[in-house]
Amino acid sequence: MTPEPTTGAAIRFDGVGKAFAGPKGQVTALEDVSLTVQPGAVCGIIGRSGAGKSTLLRMVNGLERPTSGTVTVAGHDVGRASGSALRGIRRDVGMIFQHFNLLASRTVFGNIALPLEIAGTPSDRIRVTVNDLIARVGLEAQRDRYPAELSGGQKQRVGIARALATRPKVLLSDEATSALDPETTQTVLRLLGDINRDLGLTILLITHEMAVVRDIASHMAVIDQGRIVEAGATYDVFVRPQHPTTRSFLSGVTGVTLPQFIAGRLEQTRPDAASQEVIRVTFAGDHATDPMLARLTGQMGIDVNILAGAIEEIGPRPFGNLLISVDAMRGDDARAYLERHGLLTEVLGYVR
Amino acid sequence: MSANLISLLIEATWQTIYMVAASTVLGTILGLPLGVFLATSQRGELLSAPMVNRVLGLIVNAARSVPFIILVVAIIPFTRALVGTSIGTDAAIVPLTIAATPFIARLVENSIREVDAGLIEAARAMGATPMQIIRKVLLREALPGITLGLTLAVVSLIGYSAMVGAVGGEGLGDLGIRYGYQRFMPDVMLTVVVILIVMVQLVQSVGEWIAARVDKRAARNRGH
Repeated sequence: MTPEPTTGAAIRFDGVGKAFAGPKGQVTALEDVSLTVQPGAVCGIIGRSGAGKSTLLRMVNGLERPTSGTVTVAGHDVGRASGSALRGIRRDVGMIFQHFNLLASRTVFGNIALPLEIAGTPSDRIRVTVNDLIARVGLEAQRDRYPAELSGGQKQRVGIARALATRPKVLLSDEATSALDPETTQTVLRLLGDINRDLGLTILLITHEMAVVRDIASHMAVIDQGRIVEAGATYDVFVRPQHPTTRSFLSGVTGVTLPQFIAGRLEQTRPDAASQEVIRVTFAGDHATDPMLARLTGQMGIDVNILAGAIEEIGPRPFGNLLISVDAMRGDDARAYLERHGLLTEVLGYVR
Repeated sequence: MSANLISLLIEATWQTIYMVAASTVLGTILGLPLGVFLATSQRGELLSAPMVNRVLGLIVNAARSVPFIILVVAIIPFTRALVGTSIGTDAAIVPLTIAATPFIARLVENSIREVDAGLIEAARAMGATPMQIIRKVLLREALPGITLGLTLAVVSLIGYSAMVGAVGGEGLGDLGIRYGYQRFMPDVMLTVVVILIVMVQLVQSVGEWIAARVDKRAARNRGH
C-alpha cells in the first residue's frame, strides 16, 4: 500500500467526569480526568478492570458522553456532537476491539468494506482501498474467508484493516491484544507500531498489561478508581513510578519481584534487632550498575546482597531494576551514595 | 379413488399452498419490521422508544393469545370489509396473516436479539446510522435464525390453514373434514394427511438448507 501519511489528530480530555445512575444511587466512573494526547503519539492507558479506562476510551468516538468536562478530537467537541456531525467524527476515529467484533456473515473483504459502504464510497473505490488494506495487514490468502475460518491474530488484523478503511486520524484500541497469545500479541503490536509510523495517526489504547504499554506506547497514563493517578512519557513513568498502582503494575511486567522467602518475611518498620534493609535500585540510560555496587562495597565498606534484577528496554533506551539488601544500620548511607550517582532507590522493607 | 376426487385433492393442495404462501409473504412484510422494531426499541437501544415498545409488545402478546379458530370467526366483519367476502380462500388469507404477523415478529425479534451487541457497537463506531446498522448488521447477522423462524412459521400456517375450513376457506384441511370425516372416506383422509406430511417435510428441509447456506458462523469445509 502506498503510505500516504494522514496527519494524526490531537485528543484532549478536559476535566472529564462520568456518572451513571446505578441501583444504589450515582456511580462515578470517571472524575476530573484531564489528559492530552499529541498528534501522532501512541498513548497507553493502563488500569485494572472497572477503573474507568473503557469509559474514557469510548468518549473519544462518542459511544459514551461525559457528564462533565469536554473531550475534543482534532478540535471537535465530541461530547456535544450529535447526528451527522458525530458520524463524521466517528469516520475520523477507527476502533479495534478485544473480541474483534467482526461480522460472521461477511468475508474478510466484506468486513473491511463495511465502514466504506456506510460512508457511501463507490464500489470501485471500495475494491481498490480494501485490497490495499488486505495487503497491508498480510491477509491476501484469506481475502474470501469468513471470520470463523480465521485465527485470533488474523481476526484482529481484519479488525485493524477495517478500522483503517476510512483513513482515520485516530485509532482507538480497546484491549486489542487481551484475547491473543503472547506471540500473536507481539505481531499485532508490531503491526500497530508500523501503522503509527507509516500513517502518522494517533493511537490511544487501553490495556491491563504493562508489557503492551512498554512495547508500543510513547506516552502512558495510569487510571485508578476513575482518576488519572500518573501520566507522562512511558520511559519516565517506568523509571520513576510515583503512585502505588503504577508500581504494582510495574512489578508485574519487569519480572523484578522479591523472592518468596524474603517477601514473606518483609516488615514495613525497621525492627530493633539486627536486620537487612531491602532496597529497589532503578538505573536509567547508560548507568552501569555492577561497578556501582562494587564501589559501594569498596568505597563505603557496605556489603550488598543481590536478590533479583532485570534490564528492560523501552524503545531504544534501556533501564534496569535491582532488588538488593544491605545491613539496615548502613541503609541510609548506601541509598545516599547511590542517589548521588544518579540511581533511584526505594525502600521496600526490612527482614531480620 | 375416482378421477373427480383426485382433481379435488389437487385443487385443495393448490389452495393450501396459495393460502400459506400468501399469508407467509404478507405476514413477513408486516412482521419483519415489527420484529426489528421490538428488538431495537427498548430503553437505550438503537431506536429507543420504550413506551411504544411496551404497547406493541402487549398487542403482539394479545394477538398471540387468541385461539386461531376464535380469531377466524371474530374478525369476519373485518375480513368482509377488506376482501368483500368472508368465505373462500382469499378471505382465509386475512386471519392467517393476522395470526402469522405477531408470530413472525417475535421470531424475528428473538433472532435479532441474539446478534452480539459488540457488532452494534462496532458499527456505531464506524459512523453508521441506525437504519444502516439494522440493514447491514442486524438483519444480515440474524439471517440464519430468521430463516429457521420463517420455516417454523410456514409449518404452523400449514396447520392453521386446515382450520379455515370453518369459514369456507377450502384447502386440504377442509377437504379432509368434509370428505374424509363427514362422508366417512378414510382413503381421502389418509391422502390428505400424507400430502400434509410431505409438505411439512419439504418446507422444513428447504428451510434448514437455506439457513445452513447463509450461516457462516461455524468453520466448515467449503469445498474448494
